[in-house]
Amino acid sequence: MFRIRFHGRGGQGMKTASRILGTAFFKTGYEVQDAPRYGAERRGAPIFAYVRADKSAINERGIISHPDLVVIADDTLVGMPAAGVTQGIDAHTLLLINSHDSASTWQQRLNTEANVLTLSAGEDVADRATLPFISSRCAAAAAALTGVITREIFIEALCEELDHLRQDIIDQNRDIALSEFDDMTVNAGLAKQGGLATASDYVKPDWIALPFESAQISNLAIHAGVTSVKVRTGLWRTMRPVINYPNCSGCAWICSTYCPDGAIKVRTDGYPEIDYEHCKGCLVCVAQCPPHAIESIPEHIARDQEVGETT
Amino acid sequence: MTRKLLTGNSAAAWGARLACVDYIPAFPITPQTEIIEDLAGWIDRGEMDARLVTLESEHSMITAAGSAASSGVRAFTATSSQGLLYAMEMIYAVAGWRTPFVMVNVSRGLASPITLESDHNDIMAARDSGFLQIHCATCQEIADGILLAYRLAEHPQVRIPAIVNFDGFYLSFTREPVDLARAAKARAFVGEYDPENLQFRGNSPLSQAMAVLGGGPYSYFRYEAHLAVQQALSVYDEIADEFEDIFGRRYDMIDCYHMDDAEYVFVMLGSFSTKAREAVDSLRAAGWKAGLLRPRLFRPLPQQRIRQLLRGRRAVGVIDQNISMGMGGVLHSEFATALYGLEDAPLLGSYIGGLGGRDISQQEFFAIADELKHAYENGESAPPRLLYTRNELTEMRKLQAIAQAEHAEIHRS
Repeated sequence: MFRIRFHGRGGQGMKTASRILGTAFFKTGYEVQDAPRYGAERRGAPIFAYVRADKSAINERGIISHPDLVVIADDTLVGMPAAGVTQGIDAHTLLLINSHDSASTWQQRLNTEANVLTLSAGEDVADRATLPFISSRCAAAAAALTGVITREIFIEALCEELDHLRQDIIDQNRDIALSEFDDMTVNAGLAKQGGLATASDYVKPDWIALPFESAQISNLAIHAGVTSVKVRTGLWRTMRPVINYPNCSGCAWICSTYCPDGAIKVRTDGYPEIDYEHCKGCLVCVAQCPPHAIESIPEHIARDQEVGETT
Repeated sequence: MTRKLLTGNSAAAWGARLACVDYIPAFPITPQTEIIEDLAGWIDRGEMDARLVTLESEHSMITAAGSAASSGVRAFTATSSQGLLYAMEMIYAVAGWRTPFVMVNVSRGLASPITLESDHNDIMAARDSGFLQIHCATCQEIADGILLAYRLAEHPQVRIPAIVNFDGFYLSFTREPVDLARAAKARAFVGEYDPENLQFRGNSPLSQAMAVLGGGPYSYFRYEAHLAVQQALSVYDEIADEFEDIFGRRYDMIDCYHMDDAEYVFVMLGSFSTKAREAVDSLRAAGWKAGLLRPRLFRPLPQQRIRQLLRGRRAVGVIDQNISMGMGGVLHSEFATALYGLEDAPLLGSYIGGLGGRDISQQEFFAIADELKHAYENGESAPPRLLYTRNELTEMRKLQAIAQAEHAEIHRS
């Protein structure tokens, strides 16, 4: 059985990628199971999707804990424990990362025996996470890596899954996916089908009896104010709103009122300040500011600038 | 053959469409909403001849479904988790009206704490309502189960509403190959809805007696509803035979896997049972005589058939994805009741697993089989067990440490 996981951020189309690959397997004659896990259900938040494909009926269910292939559409997710990108990865696993850094860099960084490849396209895109048609590219690369899906069947699957889009957009997706498929064909078969633990050879679960604990310990005493502060939703941001203070009229309420996350406060001097730990980058403030004093810049550029300022 | 990849939610929408439903009162809730979205899309594009109305709550939604069925139209609705609980007053009420319709419940754990993931405590809360319950393990079973449910619910010997239940995420958002019935064949199978003496009309208002004085009449109506639910056992096989003749798929009220010579048996409901199937294959390959028994029909519970199927087995592990506080697994209790006093009854082990979507690994099924074997050899069942590992508790302790730090922080400021 093939077990494949796609990791990305909400909005990058990892569900679509899993469906294109799922349909391609199905058209090739495989039994298929594909599913997304929506996570926080927000644009920019980590999500993943998975595909199982086998020649006989699939009885396994749920999250793939031991993947054969892991496709990572946004390399900044790797360092985020909640994204679970590296879960269950070992020497059997093939990692495909959309990154400017080399495969060997990733191998060292992750200290893994897993085989690592990077997505071939996109050298000319500064922020790899904004690579256009990323879901089609990831699906194409994964399909080629399995070595069992033909070019023709892959395109048929892609067109079927993108059927609701405009024809010119489907055509663009098809062309880009095809070039990714062709580039990845040299690695065809690198994603290998793995097995499961068997009843004659398995590690016993380390079960414990849950001890009784009084309500002082076991009630749900987790309080909102502080937990919302602890969860750094600013990590979900792909675009950053930046206030251009000379243009700010100091209206003292519009951006801070419209911010759906309460991430803009008004200082005592009457000017707003954005809390980047929690701003999700929805850019409602950019749209609402009457004198257009808030601009949006790609997060990776803003981060690079910050690094430059501190060194 | 129109075999295609469909999510459980799409399969449910197709089931309703193929059952030629007329009226769909709706209210959104994760992970069920896509069912209603699919149906709304078809109706909007003129591909399906039905009326969909969004109500202000699940409570009203169930009232509308029951009322519609009382006026002679075929009604369909869907909900999940907290929505099912919010509707509970009317769930019991409409079952008492003896108005047949089909509701899908997409199983999801209940608050508190709140979760979006699958768990059977929601559907267990509707256990005693009078609704029939069909539990599905695959997307194929969802589409087919809805057709079967209408036949069962509308059968003159039964005439009571039915719930078709399936797991959130594990089926609701998961695509699998589904062989959709041809519309004409499905139409012929479900037939016309005959509301018999349910004759409400909007243009000729009537009042219906709903209150009784004294326990005699009350007991009569309640026990008649119980007998009607039990009647579903005697008409089920004939409907399943007819389904198999037309569509070629067999749906016994109890799904048996390698039960012929099984010494050790897993008992489960819903989609997690396919994991048990996988484990049975692996155990068989390692020389075990393992099997799986899965009630598809949970209300009525086929007690006699369970006794026939489990008599003489060595030990049975009942894995419940629900928990009745202060008692344990509901399915375990029901199986203990069904097997009580049976000669050559197997030992019964109780396992709670899969709460809030918690996965059950293959290793855990193998370890359960091992425990069942020890129980048989010692002549005594092991105590009930929550499937929970040391590592899970360690992770929980980390979360508690954060909560404590926050607590301290709040009280300092």
